[in-house]
Amino acid sequence: MSLDYVKFSPGFDKFMPKEYRDMVEHGPFGKKVTVSQMGSFKEILEEHPMCAGCAMTLFIRLAMISFPNPEDTITVGTAGCGRLAISQAAIPFVYGNYGDQSAVASGLSRGLRLRFGDKPKDVVVMAGDGGMADIGFSMTLHSWFRKERFTTIMLDNEVYGNTGGQESGMTNKGQVLKMAPLGKKFEKMDMVGMAKLAGCAYVATVVPNNPRRVESVIKKAVLVAREIGPTYIQAYTSCNIEYSIPTDKVMEDAKNVENDRYQFSEHLTEEAKHYLATRYGFKEYLPKPATATALPQA
Amino acid sequence: MIPQYGQYSVRPGPEAFLPPAAASMGVVLPDPGQAHINGRIVPEEEAFEEAARMFLGGTVPTIFPGPLVLWAWNEKARKKAKAIKHLFDTLKECAPTGAKPMLIPMPDYRPKYPKINPEVEINPNHPNLTIWHNKIDVCMFVGVHCHQANLSLKIIRGGTNCYTIAMCAQAGHEDACLSFRDASVEKIMHLAEWVKKLKGAVTFGAIKKHVAVLESKDRAGGTRN
Repeated sequence: MSLDYVKFSPGFDKFMPKEYRDMVEHGPFGKKVTVSQMGSFKEILEEHPMCAGCAMTLFIRLAMISFPNPEDTITVGTAGCGRLAISQAAIPFVYGNYGDQSAVASGLSRGLRLRFGDKPKDVVVMAGDGGMADIGFSMTLHSWFRKERFTTIMLDNEVYGNTGGQESGMTNKGQVLKMAPLGKKFEKMDMVGMAKLAGCAYVATVVPNNPRRVESVIKKAVLVAREIGPTYIQAYTSCNIEYSIPTDKVMEDAKNVENDRYQFSEHLTEEAKHYLATRYGFKEYLPKPATATALPQA
Repeated sequence: MIPQYGQYSVRPGPEAFLPPAAASMGVVLPDPGQAHINGRIVPEEEAFEEAARMFLGGTVPTIFPGPLVLWAWNEKARKKAKAIKHLFDTLKECAPTGAKPMLIPMPDYRPKYPKINPEVEINPNHPNLTIWHNKIDVCMFVGVHCHQANLSLKIIRGGTNCYTIAMCAQAGHEDACLSFRDASVEKIMHLAEWVKKLKGAVTFGAIKKHVAVLESKDRAGGTRN
């Protein structure tokens, strides 16, 4: 395989829709683009049918810019708002039946390793809180326990937004929703804690209003999943429709939630730190030089 | 009337909102060296002539190349692409006056919402839009993955009056009105030769007459309910 598969066969250039010509000429394939360069290149995800002001869409967009090798990345998703956007991106998307996305990704990841050997082919699961923590819970957890090497990203909008506002396991205790009028009776599930317990090599929580941070966690998670083990990112991506957040206040809400109960956190195993430092030059994980010990006084 | 297996005729629609899969109506795929025309197994050479006649008899004969040939995956894809371009150029050169040959790409299969531009591209999820918009009456699929081609061919047969030809690299398509199998550079070039050979022998819009004949045969024999 080579980058030729994101180029046109000779003679067909003039027949291709402009969108595809732009993708080939100005897209991110084979280049190292960053979120700081947004607006100067053709993005993998542009048009989508999501609601106005959707924080999830912004997060997905940022995540796709952040993939280390978008031309060698396959996303896996399931029912929910997110897949409406993810499936329209210019990289392959596999749609799992509701909840089985981590099982699909396990097979896909193993198959790609058999087929392509050492050449990295990244598998990224992106699904909502309902698909991941409720319906697909067992398959999510088992993929972590089995140490499947792919990245799992939860698009946590804390509600079943697509079906009218039912509570999910990730909804906060006491939250009243259109289809949960008495308020949720139990606590938000601690998926981050479970990810750590199950042995994920990299675990992070993030909100979409800090693009550079989103970029950093996505890159690290995808790179660590290539060789070390499963990685998990939990992203707060509010549903402004079900939570009645005015469109122009969505980022403000994300900031408030980040300051309150969704603070940025990052957990890496020592092996993951060593791998990122030695293989990809992440300086923050290089061993600190030993400080000179004070000489004993005479 | 209950359809009799083996009698079903795969011909241009519009047939129904959900037309039956031709395979479920008893249409079988050709063996190597064969093709099928309207579900009838024929020697491949006969299908080349028929496909060329259809192309030349169409008012808007159109080639729909799919991702397997549009993108430069490997040397084989590049060579096939070159042959398809040659077929298109031959068609433009040989089509009767008034015909408007087109080449509309199917670059990938992702859903296109809020909308697809049917003027410049075709998508397996909305092929009827492209056919309606451009008034396409005969088309050929080439380089489209089989599962997507099957979906598209059925939608086209269900909702349009377009004659479909499949130049399939695998075992062929029952749901096309005419299907080749084991498509190769040589076969695409051979079809171009047939188009050249029949230049001037087919009148503009002859496909309409041909389809009418098929329909009258069906009415007589009850081959499609």
